[in-house]
Amino acid sequence: MIEFGLDKEEERIVREAAEYSAGVLQPRARENDESGVFPADLLTSMAGQGYLGATIPRDLGGLGLDPVAYGLLMEEIEKGCSNASRLITVQVALVGETILKFGDSAQIRRWIPGIAAGETRCAFSLTEPEVGSDAGGVRTKAEARGGGYVLRGRKKWISFAGIADLLVVFARLDDDVTAFVVEREQEGIEILPIKGLLGNRASHVSEIVLHDVAVPGENVLGRVGQGFSTVATFALDQGRYSIAWSGVGLAQASLDAMARYARKREQFGRKIGSFQLIQGKIADAVTNTHAARNLCLRAGELRRAGRPEAIPETAMAKYFASSTAFRTASDAVQVHGGAGCSGDFPVERYLREAKILEIIEGTSQIQQTIIALHGMRQYGRDR
Amino acid sequence: MREKIREFIKSNFNVFSDDLDFADDENIFQKGFVDSLFALKLVNFLESEFSIRMRNEDLDIKNFQCVDSMVSFVEARLQEVGES
Repeated sequence: MIEFGLDKEEERIVREAAEYSAGVLQPRARENDESGVFPADLLTSMAGQGYLGATIPRDLGGLGLDPVAYGLLMEEIEKGCSNASRLITVQVALVGETILKFGDSAQIRRWIPGIAAGETRCAFSLTEPEVGSDAGGVRTKAEARGGGYVLRGRKKWISFAGIADLLVVFARLDDDVTAFVVEREQEGIEILPIKGLLGNRASHVSEIVLHDVAVPGENVLGRVGQGFSTVATFALDQGRYSIAWSGVGLAQASLDAMARYARKREQFGRKIGSFQLIQGKIADAVTNTHAARNLCLRAGELRRAGRPEAIPETAMAKYFASSTAFRTASDAVQVHGGAGCSGDFPVERYLREAKILEIIEGTSQIQQTIIALHGMRQYGRDR
Repeated sequence: MREKIREFIKSNFNVFSDDLDFADDENIFQKGFVDSLFALKLVNFLESEFSIRMRNEDLDIKNFQCVDSMVSFVEARLQEVGES
């Protein structure tokens, strides 16, 4: 993996993640999907591998992966189990990285080692029943009271809220949004699991009702009133990057399944891979998956270098990779025919999971808006 | 430094008019010239362009709301680097 600029340790971690994903995660992916539960032993096992602290610095208990190595690891994990990959996105990209970026030294010491070890399980609580793409319009209320705050409102579609110990919650304090770290053991937190989802079924997606939840003043994350403008935008950018790589993983898994089946299945006395219409689907899958991976690598390299262009490039990577995952998974089902619609093959699950990727951490339409504005700033200028 | 910062801000305007201008003490967030991702890009820009490292406590919009505040912030950080 020398072309990706990884050091030997990162190479080893990514290589082992591929083996772990195929050997440990993939065999249980269907069971997780059907039960709607992410097994505690699997979570413990992933924590033991260090994946729940993938990018957290080593001196705080993480693996210390750089953005490119993290992305390659996420691709491998996604191939095995989408729910496992989503767990890492929440734990590492949305919450761990955000506390590392905006937390003061006491907050970092208090929460990050537990997050990196997987002992503290996290949820990122921004979305609400009436607040989706318009994330700045948070309606959950925060009220200053006795040196701390009281939170009141509802959050919805919150991954892993059902098993979380620590919630990052965005609430409106006066006119502006502030981010709070809320410990689950606080009184007044009600968790309502959401069942029957299209995908992410074992991600413990829940609604959270906050009934006058008291939060100490020292649990404000970042500056008061800057929860959306700085904290949420940073977290969503991290999440977008993570989901972009999940798109690559799901596209690659769909491509693998498609190619495997096309080599084996016979119709009209021939392998179906010899038919040009099937070859067309495989050609599109190969080309688009490679293109998606290259966009993600480009975004990763820019992130590694700390460049401002990393933000629009990440939006492009997420938009293209999630769309590619959906198209490729759909074609994989088509190549499998009736069998692809059944639980005998994983492709129907890939298709359901891929649709989720086009929605979470900013819908494809929000990504298109970001990309279009970038394009109008960047290109066709007279001077 | 001031010109580089001004150029970066202009290249990230959300309002597409080549004639649009702004004063160095004008709050670009309040003017609505930039979108929600701008602050994120700006932090990356200031760090990579001027080889400074933001501390967590620096991530306050007040440091970045206008050209004057950005210049003061970067100069203070550069001075610290020079002294250390």
